[in-house]
Amino acid sequence: MAAEREPPPLGDGKPTDFEELEDGEDLFTSTVSTLESSPSSPEQATASLLAEDIGTNSNGPKPAEVVLDDDREDLFAEATEEVSLDSPEREPILSSEPSPAVTPVTPTTLIAPRIESKSMSAPVIFDRSREEIEEEANGDVFDIEIGVSDPEKVGDGMNAYMAYRVTTKTSLSMFSKSEFSVKRRFSDFLGLHSKLASKYLHVGYIVPPAPEKSIVGMTKVKVGKEDSSSTEFVEKRRAALERYLQRTVKHPTLLQDPDLRQFLESSELPRAVNTQALSGAGILRMVNKAADAVNKMTIKMNESDAWFEEKQQQFENLDQQLRKLHASVEALVCHRKELSANTAAFAKSAAMLGNSEDHTALSRALSQLAEVEEKIDQLHQEQAFADFYMFSELLSDYIRLIAAVKGVFDHRMKCWQKWEDAQITLLKKRETEAKMMVANKPDKIQQAKNEIREWEAKVQQGERDFEQISKTIRKEVGRFEKERVKDFKTVIIKYLESLVQTQQQLIKYWEAFLPEAKAIA
Amino acid sequence: MWMSLESCSSACHNQYHESSLNLKAINVDLQSDAALQVDISDALSERDKVKFTVHTKSSLPNFKQNEFSVVRQHEEFIWLHDSFVENEDYAGYIIPPAPPRPDFDASREKLQKLGEGEGSMTKEEFTKMKQELEAEYLAIFKKTVAMHEVFLCRVAAHPILRKDLNFHVFLEYNQDLSVRGKNKKEKLEDFFKNMVKSADGVIVSGVKDVDDFFEHERTFLLEYHNRVKDASAKSDRMTRSHKSAADDYNRIGSSLYALGTQDSTDICKFFLKVSELFDKTRKIEARVSADEDLKLSDLLKYYLRESQAAKDLLYRRSRSLVDYENANKALDKARAKNKDVLQAETSQQLCCQKFEKISESAKQELIDFKTRRVAAFRKNLVELAELELKHAKGNLQLLQNCLAVLNGDT
Repeated sequence: MAAEREPPPLGDGKPTDFEELEDGEDLFTSTVSTLESSPSSPEQATASLLAEDIGTNSNGPKPAEVVLDDDREDLFAEATEEVSLDSPEREPILSSEPSPAVTPVTPTTLIAPRIESKSMSAPVIFDRSREEIEEEANGDVFDIEIGVSDPEKVGDGMNAYMAYRVTTKTSLSMFSKSEFSVKRRFSDFLGLHSKLASKYLHVGYIVPPAPEKSIVGMTKVKVGKEDSSSTEFVEKRRAALERYLQRTVKHPTLLQDPDLRQFLESSELPRAVNTQALSGAGILRMVNKAADAVNKMTIKMNESDAWFEEKQQQFENLDQQLRKLHASVEALVCHRKELSANTAAFAKSAAMLGNSEDHTALSRALSQLAEVEEKIDQLHQEQAFADFYMFSELLSDYIRLIAAVKGVFDHRMKCWQKWEDAQITLLKKRETEAKMMVANKPDKIQQAKNEIREWEAKVQQGERDFEQISKTIRKEVGRFEKERVKDFKTVIIKYLESLVQTQQQLIKYWEAFLPEAKAIA
Repeated sequence: MWMSLESCSSACHNQYHESSLNLKAINVDLQSDAALQVDISDALSERDKVKFTVHTKSSLPNFKQNEFSVVRQHEEFIWLHDSFVENEDYAGYIIPPAPPRPDFDASREKLQKLGEGEGSMTKEEFTKMKQELEAEYLAIFKKTVAMHEVFLCRVAAHPILRKDLNFHVFLEYNQDLSVRGKNKKEKLEDFFKNMVKSADGVIVSGVKDVDDFFEHERTFLLEYHNRVKDASAKSDRMTRSHKSAADDYNRIGSSLYALGTQDSTDICKFFLKVSELFDKTRKIEARVSADEDLKLSDLLKYYLRESQAAKDLLYRRSRSLVDYENANKALDKARAKNKDVLQAETSQQLCCQKFEKISESAKQELIDFKTRRVAAFRKNLVELAELELKHAKGNLQLLQNCLAVLNGDT
């Protein structure tokens, strides 16, 4: 695979005309670039990964990936030509787009019209759609809605599972219908995330993390306990899955992924077996995570770009603050539930007191008080619900998202490490060559030269990958920040509105009670 | 204790009046009349005791002056109460319940913990928590002063009890009454006395009363007392949960503030505004909890004690009825044997008088009790509803204002 592309001149990472054929690398200078080049990068990167066979990428099954890569290669073989034909058209885009400061690309408007008019073959559509996105990269119109609903239990005993209905409403033409739904189970979601992560995480895309597994929670559901805690658990999971999908489709690159499309559209999905916590793959994942952690500690990177250092620090702080806030909000949820229970208990007690009170008017008033308190208890319950699903879950989602962001930064470090290692090895190979020259062993010299060439290419690749991932991360972080701001604002406002509702109800209840109290004679 | 409780208490000086008025209002008919007005004009909290300044204004001839003050401690109040209970002459009255012992232990513990943990939190957090705990301390202080005052006012308002000599000594004698708290032996004696009393109470209550009024009152009071006990406990728990939730708002506000000051995006203004909202709304929620405590929990607790006092009255009456019946039987026996008849007759007459005296005053006391109770509940429930409304409207206003600003920004 490496042979299929001519490596650019050594040490020269700058775009040349020659590189226009290289899947639009010169578009690095515009915001357009990342999306344009992204179809290439996963495949490029996986190519180099496969060549070097680094075992750290353990997400998901390998064979399927390779197939995909081949497909991609072919896509781009064709696309390359299309791109060069269109390059004149490209120029205006290039000049009008702003410089690569972290301007997020807000994606997706309708792609349909353009594509229809060109009626090209699939691979180019894939490429073309990016173009459309860029050109209309202004609005916040996001034309796809995902809902996760109707959890139902399928099967019995320990083999039982919950199936959720995933409904998509969209006018994006990459989908065959405008509204459709499928049944998915939790491990399907995990499988989807696993595939997306394996393709995009290590090249710098912030892939939204899937909801967490819970062996205890699921076991209760499987065993068939129909109590409130298992219904709560299912609801919590359903909501989390919905948010997960919504975040994933908001990501312009991930939205284009065929795995995602398959997940949303096809009625039958191959079962993702490697997602079970206690499976072989699961254990392998845990081992690798531990190895990663150790590696991370030993990598000492020369950070040439202050932006990255700054951002990492910021995310670290944000993480800490969010955790603190989350703990406080969880305490609030807990106390509110307690308040609700205590209010209910008091209501009953007040009713009893009213019953035993022998002064009629007072007795009636006390019963009314009991009723009011009962209604208020309901209010508290609903408020606790809002506290949790809006505020608390938002925070925990973002805590996990930030972990994904940190992961992406880590991948960049690993990428840098690889590049470093390649440079060191190249140096060694050169030394070997020099030695062979001195020792005058012609056959060894040739081998050395070959090896040097090979490692020069690897150094090139390493540098390219590193620059690629750095640029992708810049974009992604920008997009993430914008999303975060929007998310927080929307959810917090919604939450405050729930508080408003509660107060309005309280006013209603007490206003109704006041005359009753005054009527005690 | 580096954190001076004294400073808290002197701050209490002028502020307890509000809550004492509240508690006095629990007993609406405690209109002060010129003949005898009692109040607690000052209070000081020291290491482990509270000193109340009892201030009296009276036109009665029994006192040397028309206006005077003395300093009393909790034990002296208890002494006074117990002297009423032990006085046979007062058997036919509902003895105003003794005020509960001032209990600052929990509050003190919290203040101490705060002092110890000062290093581990930011200056803002520390100041906030300190204010919170000081407010809590103040509230407890106010309440204990109010409860002691209500006791004195009830006594002063009672037509018979107000004339009690011990009461006058309590009010006037400006030296230490040398009343020490009960030592272990005495406490043990008390414990046994109570056991005997409740056992006796069970026996005595088995005797059916001829008088419908008292029979009804007995059934009513028994059930009522238990239910009030339950309601008071549940109300307490509810109030405390409310307070915990309000405290959470405090922490959330602080965290949001930290987020707002550290964030680099334009959401920082947003966070700061929401943090401000949480701080303000938290104050309101804390007031809701405090008002519920005052109007509901305290009301119930007070009537728990009063209903116990009423039960005690009924017990005394039943006891005297049993004594009277026993005396009758003894008289019959004596007459039959024609031995010690005079003695038996006197004894029987005494018992009869005692019983009738108790019955008469008890009836009036119980009727008064009901009137007081209904009035107190009415007042407090109305005030509770009004305060809840006020706070909910305040909260609503805050939230709507904040939302307007936030929506305007985005």
